[in-house]
Amino acid sequence: MLLTIRNLTKTFPGTVALDDVRFDLAAGEVHALLGENGAGKSTLIKCLTGVHPRDRGEITLDGAPISPGSTLEAQALGIGTVYQEVNLLPNLTVAENLTFGRQPTRFGLVLQRRMRAQAEAMLEGYGLGHLDVSRELGTLSVAVQQLVAIARAVALSGKVLILDEPTASLDARETEMLFDVVRRLRGQGLGIVFISHFLDQVFDLCDRLTVLRNGQHIVTAETAVTDRLELIHHMLGHELEEAESRHSGRAGGAEMLRFEGLARRGKVEPFDLTVREGEVIGLAGLLGAGRTETADLLFGRTPADRGTARDAEGALDLGTPRAAIAEGFGYAPEDRKTDGIIADLSVRENIALALQARRGWARPIPRAEQRALADDYIRRLDIRTPDAEKAVGDLSGGNQQKVVLARWLAMNPRFLILDEPTRGIDVGAHAEILRLIGELTDRGMSILLISSEFDELIAASDRVIVLRDRRHVTELVGEEIETGRILRAIAAHDAPDARGAAEAVA
Amino acid sequence: MNARALPLYATIVIFLIAYAICYAQFPAMLSTRVIANLLTDNAYLGIVAVGMTVVILSGGIDLSVGSVISFSGVFIAVILRDTGLHPVVAFALLLAVTTGFGAAMGGLIHGLAMPPFIVTLAGMFLARGAAYMLTIDSVPIDHSFYDLLQDAYWLMPGGGRLRLIGIVMLLSVAGGMVLAHRTRFGTAIFALGGGEHTARLMGVAVGRTTILIYAFSGFMAGLSGIVFSIYTGSGYPLATVGTELTAIATVVIGGTILTGGSGYVFGTLIGVLTMGLIQTYIVFDGSLSSWWTKIVIGILLLAFILLQKGLLHVGRRQRGAAA
Repeated sequence: MLLTIRNLTKTFPGTVALDDVRFDLAAGEVHALLGENGAGKSTLIKCLTGVHPRDRGEITLDGAPISPGSTLEAQALGIGTVYQEVNLLPNLTVAENLTFGRQPTRFGLVLQRRMRAQAEAMLEGYGLGHLDVSRELGTLSVAVQQLVAIARAVALSGKVLILDEPTASLDARETEMLFDVVRRLRGQGLGIVFISHFLDQVFDLCDRLTVLRNGQHIVTAETAVTDRLELIHHMLGHELEEAESRHSGRAGGAEMLRFEGLARRGKVEPFDLTVREGEVIGLAGLLGAGRTETADLLFGRTPADRGTARDAEGALDLGTPRAAIAEGFGYAPEDRKTDGIIADLSVRENIALALQARRGWARPIPRAEQRALADDYIRRLDIRTPDAEKAVGDLSGGNQQKVVLARWLAMNPRFLILDEPTRGIDVGAHAEILRLIGELTDRGMSILLISSEFDELIAASDRVIVLRDRRHVTELVGEEIETGRILRAIAAHDAPDARGAAEAVA
Repeated sequence: MNARALPLYATIVIFLIAYAICYAQFPAMLSTRVIANLLTDNAYLGIVAVGMTVVILSGGIDLSVGSVISFSGVFIAVILRDTGLHPVVAFALLLAVTTGFGAAMGGLIHGLAMPPFIVTLAGMFLARGAAYMLTIDSVPIDHSFYDLLQDAYWLMPGGGRLRLIGIVMLLSVAGGMVLAHRTRFGTAIFALGGGEHTARLMGVAVGRTTILIYAFSGFMAGLSGIVFSIYTGSGYPLATVGTELTAIATVVIGGTILTGGSGYVFGTLIGVLTMGLIQTYIVFDGSLSSWWTKIVIGILLLAFILLQKGLLHVGRRQRGAAA
């Protein structure tokens, strides 16, 4: 084995990020590292490349134990990493980026011509044709930047290449270009760790795969003999008990919103969606399937670049979150801490925030009124806080989530998007939030629920839309909503014609 | 064409047009005498602006240089007045002090992860205060070696006298160009300006580079102070107030982006000359107030910032289309 990891353990205050994990990589193989959020993939990579020190365990490269203290050290040992966000300097030329730190010099002066020649030699075999290496890197497409980054990593390290979601912002043609390079490097005997959310790409490219879940090693297997459905079970770890759908069979109200052909290049493929009054629409899919991206599109956080949105009265403007709020939309984002709450402001201020924004800053909501509003929601949602003046950052996750909910409820939106509303909160609060969703829809509010917990989706949704590789692939209604069907929809192969369609869009 | 170089081309074109206008009105402006004076009168500014360019390219700023120039003049004047040291020794002492001062600021910026704005602002007050501590008066410099330096010139064809300090300025610019654009250290400066985190990942010794950058700026400020003392023949603690801002303006007019990572040392020279040209025009005209210099500089500065924003926008769109 080129690289062996044994008994790797890493804890952060409060969590065990990696628990006795093993992993190995042979020369000349592409090994996929798979797992959902919090599985421990990035911690594993960071321990391997010297970003984090490990608590326990050993890493051997070519049979010799290593413990790099920095990425540079890891690089010198032979482990190079290329991230989704290209870690090169956009303001330098391609040649400078490739030869950085090792530019040929004479009497302290960089020999420009020789530097360019070296860079061109480094790029040979990467299918970049006659790329002008004196162009600034930032003027090139992300795919080309990615290839330049790989060329640099291979030239500097040359044993192990870690590709962390390299294809996340590439289109089908660019991805193919990248894969050609990866296959060539595999042929040269490099060991390649490939991290991706796109299962099709994993099955297309990788020789073996390893699944992590909750910081534990679940399985390592040959890709060729792995069943997709089984793989997804490994990743999600769901017991296949059938949760009962509470809402199934309930007739939706009148049609309220209609989205047609909504899409954004590189984020979400075009989809249609109709929202009826008082219904809960669930979005299911693996990490990176386009769930949050869909929500961002609907709320104008990353506005759609094509498609239409309309209600009974006409077209809607969803160009910015502010516009979407004016249309009666609300959004409780996935990353509560950075996007949802303002940790240093009090519960009262956080709840009054959106309402105040709508009124305009020239007409402040009187403090007493804010106070009454906050107290009302603290009571109704049972927010556990000593009083309304407590900073939200001091509350528990579940209570923070309730504060975010309270903010939107104070606005009385007609369409509320909840992205992972129950992540990281305790069981009791979990049940309460689900109960709340039920109450809200009874009052005619429509909810888009994004969750990686299938039983939560099944329990709360009237309809479930399944996403795969940024596309809406299936819609399940009423009786059809069951774990097995969702899993099969996620695991389904891409039909060749669907691939072609995706390519045409890209 | 390289979009980043456009501000530089724009600067050069504007300078040439401005010169053509001046020439149309006052044909004498094209004489080597005027050109020589342009270089001599702005020598101290040009030198300090080279240091400033390097700092700004790395994404930093150095507000201390104006105070350091005046401190330098006072330091030399007082040493020559009170001791028997030769000016060359005084120069060496001074450059050691200002370089060390710059290095110390660089060390603080890196070590404490402090914004350069604050650290060099403190440095600005410190240096100015130190100058006052040495003297509160204007101290004349009276030394035969100084007379020699002041009288040294190269007689240009056409009768212009390019004085020694003008030559020092041109050499500084040339040195700055080599340093920034032709050495590994220069690439590291651009790398820091492009993004410190990435630069670190690519192997830049961030601390060492930061210290060297501010040490270089301190050295250039000291050199500029020597040149200024030769130019004025005295040391005065109230001199060159606000010169750091003028230097920043010339750097930006010269096509360097204030956020770092992109620009040209040569452009800074053109920026300095543009500024000098406006002043010369006002002298030739005779009826204009000297405040017009500031107004024109203000307008130019604004125009260049808008130009850079526009180019950035166009560049992003182009990339979007190519991607």
